[in-house]
Amino acid sequence: MRDIVEGSRAVAEAVKLCRAKVISAYPITPQTHIVEYLAEFVANGELDAEFVRVESEHSALSVCVGASATGVRTFTATSSQGLALMFEVLFIASGLRLPIVMVNANRALSAPISIWNDQSDSTAVRDCGWIQVYVETNQEALDSVIQAYKVAEKVLLPFMVCMDGFVLTHTYEPVDIPDQRLVDDYLPEYDPPIKLDPENPVTIGPIADPNYYMEFKLVQDEAMNEAKRVLKDEDEKFGEIFGRRYGLIEEYGTDDADVVLVTMGSLAGTIKDVVDRMREKGKNVGLVRVRLYRPFPKDEIVRALKDFEVIGVIEKDNCFGFGGGALFHDVRSALYGKSNAKVIGFVAGLGGRDIPYWDIEKAYEMCYEARVKEVPDVVWIGVRDWFRR
Amino acid sequence: MLFVRCKECGAKLSASRCFEFKLAVNNLPDEELLSYGHRACSGCGAIIAVRLALKASGRDVIVVQPTGCMEVVTTPYPETSWKVPYIHVAFENAGAVASGVWRALKVLGKKTKVLVIGGDGGTVDIGLQALSGALERGENITYICYDNEAYMNTGVQRSGATPFGAVTTTSPAGKLSFGEDRPKKDMPHIVASHNVPYVATASVGYPMDYVEKVKKALSVEGPSYIHVLTPCPTGWGFDSSKSIELGKLAVDTGMWILYEIENGVEKINYIPTKRKPVVEYLKAQRRFRHLSDDIISKIQEEVDRVWERILKST
Repeated sequence: MRDIVEGSRAVAEAVKLCRAKVISAYPITPQTHIVEYLAEFVANGELDAEFVRVESEHSALSVCVGASATGVRTFTATSSQGLALMFEVLFIASGLRLPIVMVNANRALSAPISIWNDQSDSTAVRDCGWIQVYVETNQEALDSVIQAYKVAEKVLLPFMVCMDGFVLTHTYEPVDIPDQRLVDDYLPEYDPPIKLDPENPVTIGPIADPNYYMEFKLVQDEAMNEAKRVLKDEDEKFGEIFGRRYGLIEEYGTDDADVVLVTMGSLAGTIKDVVDRMREKGKNVGLVRVRLYRPFPKDEIVRALKDFEVIGVIEKDNCFGFGGGALFHDVRSALYGKSNAKVIGFVAGLGGRDIPYWDIEKAYEMCYEARVKEVPDVVWIGVRDWFRR
Repeated sequence: MLFVRCKECGAKLSASRCFEFKLAVNNLPDEELLSYGHRACSGCGAIIAVRLALKASGRDVIVVQPTGCMEVVTTPYPETSWKVPYIHVAFENAGAVASGVWRALKVLGKKTKVLVIGGDGGTVDIGLQALSGALERGENITYICYDNEAYMNTGVQRSGATPFGAVTTTSPAGKLSFGEDRPKKDMPHIVASHNVPYVATASVGYPMDYVEKVKKALSVEGPSYIHVLTPCPTGWGFDSSKSIELGKLAVDTGMWILYEIENGVEKINYIPTKRKPVVEYLKAQRRFRHLSDDIISKIQEEVDRVWERILKST
């Protein structure tokens, strides 16, 4: 069914289609609409689930941990400070190998407090052992939630779908809401191999001394690597059934591009417009959108970027004390020894600062400049007097 | 009312209640659901509370445990003492994890009981918020707080449950200090304020009273809470053969009161006929040994005041 819905609604529809059984909710802007829609579905009897109105995000994720360990499909959503409060439980959920699916409505971190969009929250927890996907559209948000359950339950790892707060969560877009029957075919019932069950008692969450801890972490890392392959396969299967595929990365105009920008999330939509405009003016620029951020699709990134002389990574987060965002560092690290490209880290859009097309054009222009002269490694764009750098 | 002394525990009880106790003793299953081989200190009061709780619950239970002594001593991978399903997640979220477990069981249509067993740190301090949430939502869980009155697992630091006058590693006695200078947090009444159907205190010194309360707690619909005093030889400083004795002494000196709050109605379960002086309890432990006569009198006065109020109201 095709409908024009808010991004938050698209996510809620996906959770309903996936038949999540225990949903925990704590309000935080701009995530709140997602759980409000779910509360409505449960109240109307459209979704047969337990809706737990917890007293904090720490508890929101803890409820999911308890329910998931007992063998049911769970969902929660959060944002910014909420994700930060969950920090401890994020690592436990992945360490306990629980396939929890969570949507993070990307929002800036305090201080100063800001309810607006950037990606500092989820990039800050990139190493917490959760699969992370950054979506560009509301359709992709919906589809990614469905894929998330499939992949998470296959590799037994939690899955975070990151969507830009407000830019996506509060924006209405045409979205195809799939048939329940098709989703049921794609996503079988959740039946974990190990769960809390008096018939077969297990101890979950023991203490592991130095003789054992590392092996737990090694198999967890292997599962993460496996997740890359599984998402690729499942995305393909999803495409066969639903007609939409997203890949691990997306390339736009890279075949014949002189310079390329790399980004994550909804900014890709704006950049694609800029690519079209610049190409009309004879500037062959390209874009690589990283959809799967953790596990990081190194091979795909290297394949897509290794032949460029200059690569700009534009993102809404910053690594304090090093400079540039997390994606910038990851891309540069993936290319190390494979390419001699100049990589520039563009920090943009923090705390909801608008990223207009002309700033993106300037970033591309700077990439062109870098082919003939020295430019800094890291450039903040869109800040006052940014052009003076 | 006719009073007799219970043969099992020596407590002064109404005759009918004593009969119930004897029945309870006879009905306690031999089956141990907490295996030997755990790493608890010898004389640990808390491990007794855990073992007895499982005798009360039987096999159809899922145990949730916050970080703490009992978690560490029972689950050294690849071994476990738990013959029932068990999950430990973190220090401050047992109330939330248990909520998740219970909601999942509800979805699955199972009647399995959810039993949280947490220490005083994980309950009255860091875990208070998550527990409050679970209580207020009316989750069908039983929460047992084993109270050894400090953070024993990390080396005897002061918690919100540390009693007035006690020395811990973070409330040492010194030139300017006599140890902990604040009274213990009144956790059972904080729980009762959430309008939950069943709250009780217990002591491992009175094991059958405790077991009976655990059974009752597990049988009510909605959240139930038991706060059980579990003497800790390591942290309190007494010979490991004396744990049960101290558990009794705490009650017999009136420093620890056995009561139940059922649907908001409070009932004292045990009134010592002649309360022993608190000094007997205090002097038996290293953590109180430094106390001056002044402070001891202060503690005695406070206990007397509380009991006067209790006796007046009954």
